[in-house]
Amino acid sequence: MFVLVEMVDTVRIPPWSFHRQLNDAIAEELNKKLANKVVYNVGLCVCLYDVTKLEDSYIFPGDGASHTKVHSSYVVFHPFLDEILVGKIKGCSAEGVHVSLGFFDDIIIPPESLQQPAKFDEAEQVWMWEYETDEGAHDLYMDQGEEIRFRVVDEVFIDTSPTGPSAEKEGPSTAPTAPPAGAEDSAQQKEAPYTLIGSVSEPGLGLLSWWNS
Amino acid sequence: FCRREANAAMLSNYEYTLKYLSKTPCAHQNPDTVKEFLTAMLPHKLTKAEKLQLLNHRPQTAVEIQLMVEESEERLTEEQIDKLIQKVKDVLPGDPQKEANASADPEMETDQ
Repeated sequence: MFVLVEMVDTVRIPPWSFHRQLNDAIAEELNKKLANKVVYNVGLCVCLYDVTKLEDSYIFPGDGASHTKVHSSYVVFHPFLDEILVGKIKGCSAEGVHVSLGFFDDIIIPPESLQQPAKFDEAEQVWMWEYETDEGAHDLYMDQGEEIRFRVVDEVFIDTSPTGPSAEKEGPSTAPTAPPAGAEDSAQQKEAPYTLIGSVSEPGLGLLSWWNS
Repeated sequence: FCRREANAAMLSNYEYTLKYLSKTPCAHQNPDTVKEFLTAMLPHKLTKAEKLQLLNHRPQTAVEIQLMVEESEERLTEEQIDKLIQKVKDVLPGDPQKEANASADPEMETDQ
């Protein structure tokens, strides 16, 4: 579920950090910039893995800080399609079952991908699997806090960079986008930059308690 | 203000990630375990993604194997699936506490 991604970026070190080892200052700046941030079409950045190459540092007129082009590997959360993951149910809504991994929250299992037949209990706001056996139907509730095994069937990246006043998107081409995963920048911007769509409609998927003998 | 919040968020998410991983089988693995596992898996001809999932989840039932190995009914016989489960159990360490509890029960004696 984690991958190493090669990143190239120019890191700015302010003058008051010049006394530090360059590698340490660079590592800290890269972590400050990317950790817990979603990079469009890449995934959720977790932490720096390694600095592979440092180019020469430059100081430009008007700015006392040094600028260094850095090649690095970054640990990124990006499960592959069809990967099986285990998470916890955050809650249910009409849109489906919301699952969280603790460090990543935007996972949704839509109603059509639940174990069928599925029913939504409006009063308790919970989805359930109407499991039929020879003895009759059992309602298996998908309660909050339960551990759930699901398959990743789709991912959605949304570019949440701010739009300019002329409504033309100034999307950065290679630089990472700023908003942290799940944070709300403004009243309108409530979409998560990275969402996973899951499915539990296979034997073995769903609440772990359903399949543990 | 903003910077302190950002730092706090970054640090806490890193810890959440570690917390999540500590509850998975990989918490008991090291590079040698992985090497040993991949060698043991050679005869089964599994894809990289399938071996990765077996490492990440340490499945104990045939149902889980079927989820992680594509077209497992066509590629593996029931006997081969059982052998696979046994190999996974032997080569990949499980949660030492859970396994100690499982083996301690039959040996438990009541105090008298």
